[in-house]
Amino acid sequence: MNVGNLPFIVSALLVVLGIYTLLFKRNLIKLVIGVSLIETGVNLFLVMLGYRSEGIAPIYTFAPAGERMVLPTPQALTLTSIVIGLATTALLLSFAVFIWRHYGTLDVHKIKELKG
Amino acid sequence: MNGGMSVIVRTVSRFVYGLILVFGFYVIMHGHLTPGGGFQGGAVVASAFALLLVAFGAAGLKGRLNAHLLQSLEEVGALAFLALGFLGIGTAFFYNLLANSGSLFGASVPIGPNSGILDSAGTLPLMNWAVGLKVMTGIASIVIVMLIGARKEETE
Amino acid sequence: MRKAALFVAFLFVSAFLLLAASSIRPFGAPIVSTMDDYFIANAQREIAANNVVTAIVFDYRGFDTLGEATVLFAAVVGVLTLFRKLREDER
Repeated sequence: MNVGNLPFIVSALLVVLGIYTLLFKRNLIKLVIGVSLIETGVNLFLVMLGYRSEGIAPIYTFAPAGERMVLPTPQALTLTSIVIGLATTALLLSFAVFIWRHYGTLDVHKIKELKG
Repeated sequence: MNGGMSVIVRTVSRFVYGLILVFGFYVIMHGHLTPGGGFQGGAVVASAFALLLVAFGAAGLKGRLNAHLLQSLEEVGALAFLALGFLGIGTAFFYNLLANSGSLFGASVPIGPNSGILDSAGTLPLMNWAVGLKVMTGIASIVIVMLIGARKEETE
Repeated sequence: MRKAALFVAFLFVSAFLLLAASSIRPFGAPIVSTMDDYFIANAQREIAANNVVTAIVFDYRGFDTLGEATVLFAAVVGVLTLFRKLREDER
């Protein structure tokens, strides 16, 4: 149980909160928020993997001389992951608007029972 | 959302919209020197458009919005990105042909910390502009279509 | 009854995740960094860009950016298709 890993524990906590929201909430918009929480936790974990202690940002413009740089590859992968999360959330919300138009309610338990 | 907001909000947002546009274009243009680039700058410009939509309402911007024009611009951005990938096909796909070459965006950069030269890095600024155009028009068209599509059914 | 079983399962999953996050390798000391050391040392000479992250996203790993642009395009087309005006014979 290593308490020096606090950034990793925080990102795992975000994923745990997202899983709680997906399991125990009934409104469709709250489920979309849960999915977004899980994606945020995973992106934070990906950036935290590439940190070197006492490192500076991997940019050479006005950089202080003689310092180590953090690893730049996880930051590039996180950029792609954020854009894909945006695309997923946009489509999920469009489906939520359609379901509300068709059924009149956003409750997940009621949508299974009504017939269109 | 059909009414928009009060006079103070509308006046201030007309002024602030230009400032946000300039900042977004700055972030896109200097993507190879400072943190930023196509995706980040495109999101900033799209947020300026969302500010206008919130302040004026969908009815206030009725005559000037065209979701199909925005989608066509997004397709232009995607095709431009693909064409820039084919520029150096003699060596490899996505080969940077213009770097260190002396033509457009072809200056060389001194090794180590320096103070940034704007016309360096070859095809990188061109790709930043293509991706920035794609992201800003794509997010703007998503926001317009969801707002107008959701509201119209409610008033029927 | 169903909610109690769901809550116990959720407690197991969250304990597993938190325990795994705290016993991973120490924060701030990556074990292998050969590829990133090459990128940091050679990005200014080969690509003439000061920003190493942008050089990786658009030049060393430009193929992943092409896939991401495709995903964004597919999302925009999907949303615009869902909200299109139906013609009178489709309604």
